[in-house]
Amino acid sequence: MRFLRSSDAIILAILAVAMIFIGLVNPAFWQMSNLFSLLKENVVIGIMALGVLLVMISGGIDVSFTAFAVAGMYLVVRSMVALDYNGLVLPFASAIIIGGLLGLMNAGIIHKFKMIPLIVTLGTASVVRGLVLGLVGTSNVNINKMPEALVNFGKTDLFVLERANGSTYGLTAMIVIYLGLAVALHLVLKHTMIGRSVYAYGADPEAAKRVGFSTGKTMIFVYVTAGALAGFAGLLHSSMIWLANPRDFVGLELDVIAAVVLGGASIFGGRGTVLGTVLGVFILVMIQNSLILMGIDTTWQRVVVGAMLVAAVTVTALRDRRALV
Amino acid sequence: MATAPLIELRNISKRFGGVRALDDVSLTLDAARIHCLAGENGSGKSTLIKIVSGVYQPDEGEILIDGKPVGKLDPATSIAHGVQVIYQDFSLFPTLTVVENLALNTFLREGKTRIDWTRARKMARDVLARLDVTLDLDATVETLPAAGRQIVAIARAMLADARLIIMDEPTTTLTGREVERLFRIVRDLQADGIATLFVSHKMREMLEISERLTVFRNGKKVTEGPISDYDERSITRAMTGRDLHQGHFQAPDVSGREPRLELRNVTVGDKAQDINLTLMPGEIVGMSGLIGAGRKAIAQAIFGLRSDMSGEMLVDGKPVMPKNVPEAIAAGIAYVPEDRLSEGLFLTRSIRDNAIVSSLSRFAPHLWLDAEKAGEETHKMFGEMAISAPGIDVPVGTLSGGNAQRVMIGRWLMTDARVLILNGPTVGVDVGSKEQIHGIIQDLTRNNDLAVLMISDDLPELAANCNRVLCMTEGRITGELAGDALTEEALDAALSNEKQGEPA
Repeated sequence: MRFLRSSDAIILAILAVAMIFIGLVNPAFWQMSNLFSLLKENVVIGIMALGVLLVMISGGIDVSFTAFAVAGMYLVVRSMVALDYNGLVLPFASAIIIGGLLGLMNAGIIHKFKMIPLIVTLGTASVVRGLVLGLVGTSNVNINKMPEALVNFGKTDLFVLERANGSTYGLTAMIVIYLGLAVALHLVLKHTMIGRSVYAYGADPEAAKRVGFSTGKTMIFVYVTAGALAGFAGLLHSSMIWLANPRDFVGLELDVIAAVVLGGASIFGGRGTVLGTVLGVFILVMIQNSLILMGIDTTWQRVVVGAMLVAAVTVTALRDRRALV
Repeated sequence: MATAPLIELRNISKRFGGVRALDDVSLTLDAARIHCLAGENGSGKSTLIKIVSGVYQPDEGEILIDGKPVGKLDPATSIAHGVQVIYQDFSLFPTLTVVENLALNTFLREGKTRIDWTRARKMARDVLARLDVTLDLDATVETLPAAGRQIVAIARAMLADARLIIMDEPTTTLTGREVERLFRIVRDLQADGIATLFVSHKMREMLEISERLTVFRNGKKVTEGPISDYDERSITRAMTGRDLHQGHFQAPDVSGREPRLELRNVTVGDKAQDINLTLMPGEIVGMSGLIGAGRKAIAQAIFGLRSDMSGEMLVDGKPVMPKNVPEAIAAGIAYVPEDRLSEGLFLTRSIRDNAIVSSLSRFAPHLWLDAEKAGEETHKMFGEMAISAPGIDVPVGTLSGGNAQRVMIGRWLMTDARVLILNGPTVGVDVGSKEQIHGIIQDLTRNNDLAVLMISDDLPELAANCNRVLCMTEGRITGELAGDALTEEALDAALSNEKQGEPA
């Protein structure tokens, strides 16, 4: 079967081995409450990773998504507080639009001036973060000020279980949103021309142009979608932790990019799947989570994440090179 | 009434700045005909392709399709009229599957937004069946050999309802058997009513496949007619404007001298086994074989590029086992790789920088570079190699293939190399320049007492420049041709013997 030879199958195998190993070291891993919290942690990183996957398939690297997430989150929450607005649809729509517009800016600069995405997104990330802090504010919006509708939305559980001692824990409903977005992106990538144009552009931009793809449209699709996903993830994050911190997500770029590379996407473009990315995010979150379970200092997590990124990049680069021979 | 020609170009001229790329050129391409366009690099072939495909607009002249003048021909209009170009790099998507590479074009043209995979597979299967080839539809294109990729490119052109397929140097990366298959496909296309314009500078192929021949030189059409009017000599004269000499290379008598390079029972990974080889000073020894026969692996091993070599290697009688390139260079070995653009030259750097790069320790004995000495020796090499360029400071990327290759070879002369390994010494070099490079190699070998190992797929090149040729099959040396037995036909026969079954 072709699936068994794909990178997705290998990643799944790695995940299974890692779960068994972690379970042996610390049986607490298999507790339902731990698994639920693990899934919850997947949501925000996962949604951001979907955007990063898209950029990476197109042959670029995006480091601006965390800044866009902050912009979407902080602008919307501050506005809601200022206007005393308590709703859901409009705020999330606004966060998506803010992220999308910022993504459009990325796409415009990258396409128009034929610039390297890494440098462009480094720049826009810094500009956006600076503007948010400089123009909007630097103080956290804490739980006592957070709009109630957002907090309640973030609290929604799919179902709730009871521990022996009577306390309860549940599986967050946000996981449905995440997986829904993942399925949607998978369908778009696999079954639409715009989706395939992203792969084509990542494989060979010149060939894509010669075949007749409108590469500008592809770039806009990629970066607007990535930005919109980031904006949405940002607001979702604050509704799940009941806090809007304008300095949030610093350093998260690395985790998300590591997860996407771990999921088998190629840093050279043209390769990558949604399933792989979802699995990559799960592996990354699980390993971070189990380091905590094993009582390892959080500072060491950075070492582990960095090492995983380097290892994953090496393995995928070797794979891509072999395929070229 | 005779049917109108498929495409007619009338008095086309195209200028770039002060350079006339095409000068009052007329060309008629008939439906379902195989036409060959020949010319050296820079003769205007590529410009013509781009005008027919609508990428460039001519400054003067008229284009008629099916007898009707088309005003402005842009790429979309050209494609709509059934013109398809297969570029040398094929313009495929390496990480996408065969199916997708074939179907995307059509779906795009139809303005589809969704992809019907069932239909895509059927389209791919049908078109490959028409070509009578089998390919794994779900393989990514990057895993296919060059010949396979070319098939995909041709199939894609057919799916675009091509009436004229322009192939730019289609046989450069193909082996003999694959070329035959390509010709078979082109004839099948012809039977289907599809015309082919071959753009090439390989004589034998032109003579074999084409029905009509047009030769360009310096942007002008110099001759045109049915292929039966031409032979290799007349085509060469038309392309270069002069006669070329054809002869054998005679090695000097070196009996009793120490061999320059000796390999004893050398094995390179799983690529080459039990290689015994002796190169005497003044010798040019050829290596013939199919792609994958292990020739490149041997060359790389000698040059210290591989870590999996075992056996014994001697240079001038002294045992050496280079583990890396500096050790190989120190031992007097030089290597001109097949792909000089990606493996050999620094395209954005000057001729001088490229020339001295392998002997930097000589030009920069201390911390700084002796610019005067570097310039002086580069000038000397520049003259010896007869490089035509405005000076030694121009970037190598601006040079033609032939001149770039001269820089590449000249670089090694400055290292005092005694063993020169050439892999595809004239790939992508035009006919006139090729002959000159051959002359230079032969003179150098004789005058500098070099020993040259020449790897090439170009059989006439091997026959004309080597005093003997080793034939390799699947990692082993299986034969040797020398003296009068060394002919193009004999080399061809040796190659065909080992070809079994049609490669994918």
